[in-house]
Amino acid sequence: MPVIEARDLTKAYGDFLAVDHISFEVAPGESFGLLGPNGAGKSTTMRMISGSTLRSSGELSVLAMDPERRGPEVRAHLGIIPQADNLDEELRTRDNLIVYGRYFGLPLSYLRPKADELLEFAQLTDKAGEKVQALSGGMKRRLTIARGLVNEPKMLLLDEPTTGLDPQARHILWDRLFRLKEQGVTLVVTTHFMDEAEQLCDRLIVIDHGQIVAEGSPSALIRQYSTREVVEVRFGSERNAAMEPELRRLCDRLEVLPDRILLYADDGEALLEAINNRNLAPVTQLVRRSSLEDVFLRLTGRSLID
Amino acid sequence: MTEPIVSDHGLDHFALAARTRRFGAVQFLDYRLRAERPFLITFLTTALGNPLLYLAAMGLGLGAVVQRPVGGVPYLLFVAPGLLISTVVTTAANWGTWPIFSGFKWEKTYFSAGASPLGARQLVLGETLGMVVRLLLQGLIFWLIGLAFGAWGSPASVLAVPIGIVAGLAMFTPLMAYSATLESEGLQFNFITRLIVMPMFLFAGTFFPLEAMPVYLRWIGWVSPMWHGTQLSRVASFGLDVPGWLIGVHVAFLVGCAAAGLWCADRTFARRLVK
Repeated sequence: MPVIEARDLTKAYGDFLAVDHISFEVAPGESFGLLGPNGAGKSTTMRMISGSTLRSSGELSVLAMDPERRGPEVRAHLGIIPQADNLDEELRTRDNLIVYGRYFGLPLSYLRPKADELLEFAQLTDKAGEKVQALSGGMKRRLTIARGLVNEPKMLLLDEPTTGLDPQARHILWDRLFRLKEQGVTLVVTTHFMDEAEQLCDRLIVIDHGQIVAEGSPSALIRQYSTREVVEVRFGSERNAAMEPELRRLCDRLEVLPDRILLYADDGEALLEAINNRNLAPVTQLVRRSSLEDVFLRLTGRSLID
Repeated sequence: MTEPIVSDHGLDHFALAARTRRFGAVQFLDYRLRAERPFLITFLTTALGNPLLYLAAMGLGLGAVVQRPVGGVPYLLFVAPGLLISTVVTTAANWGTWPIFSGFKWEKTYFSAGASPLGARQLVLGETLGMVVRLLLQGLIFWLIGLAFGAWGSPASVLAVPIGIVAGLAMFTPLMAYSATLESEGLQFNFITRLIVMPMFLFAGTFFPLEAMPVYLRWIGWVSPMWHGTQLSRVASFGLDVPGWLIGVHVAFLVGCAAAGLWCADRTFARRLVK
């Protein structure tokens, strides 16, 4: 029995279709991703799941309930991590958890030990008595996630969980989310970072202009829509476009981006050797494995981050 | 508590939702009181300072100049109920503007609460209950200080405290409904403070009977929760001569404004939270 079932889910704002007839299912305990550029309709989909945006048409069931009719029941089961932290800046770290728990009507006898447990989980125990204003961006994000766990949710909705964090802070956060997944919590994550989607998601849908353009596990999507490896070369911004015809002869598919050229090949080293044998002399060169960024580029002709 | 929420099997999320459906307003009130705790000293200083300053300046200072009885009583007795009511109504007006706007715009309290089982109606009722608590404290402190000044005509003057709560809500709930509709801060609140609350304070029969003003200015009092609340408080404190039907009008006006404001706020909050 899926925990989320969406069929032809649509949200229109006037003539604009923010979400355009999308259908997907999420299994219990799964880590499910919505990948797409800003404005693709990811957050709107998330808000429909929690019942804070009304759908225009289609069907949606969350934990076998309609979130529009049974919002309180659905949200009692959810942990919602919004895109922008909305912590209570005037309150202390630990009090933020307790106060949030009071929204749910949780008794203080439950909340006091729970707050300490969550502070431990979020690695914020030594910040318990600090005002939120004094916390770093990464700490605030972890506190927001800890706050979303106060009601022991069955499912966590994470909207752009690591946007704006430095690499170290992101890795700490991914580790915490992975632990939750191990405990059987279903994760639904929106992101426009392909590395995040690869790290966190068992399965994902790629959304563009409100529509699903691909669906599968990160590795299956890469297999299906990209080659095993990618060669990135730079000839300097003036020469990149001029080099295209020459490079076309060496591989089946390439993408010319403003700052670099991506060449798709199963054996990147061999292709790079061929380029160098022709004395094309790129300024920089690198061989890497294909990522979801390449999948997205293939599917939409655009980069995820413009 | 009807159903056990926490057990050895963890939380019962359905019991949590059922309880929130019933007591959500109280849950949000609890949040509001906790969130305001860091500002308790500021609140108490204002609640103590206001009556001290007003009663000293208007009651004793101005009262020494106004030798003639007003409304049949010495000026201090006449002005004290008006000062209590206008103070709590001003507080209510302040709480109905920026803090509500901020809850949507800056602090985003309502959105974080909206991620819990709480719905718009419970936020509106919870904020209203929070307002009642603050108005009760403020009114009571004012009344006690007035007692020290000898500003009350009878023990029944303590009714000014509940009257102040209703008058405050008559101001608070419509403003709360309006503030929830604002997407960006402009001059609206300055307009409300300077061109609505301030004239009400000056022309709503607080410092002199409304009848002392030309007829074409009296309407400011008629539409002001301050005037209706003040008149009722004067009846309670020193038995101001007001016909029974007019007492009914005063009560109906205040209760009507508060109720209509609640009705509207329920809608404007819902529209803002669920899109």
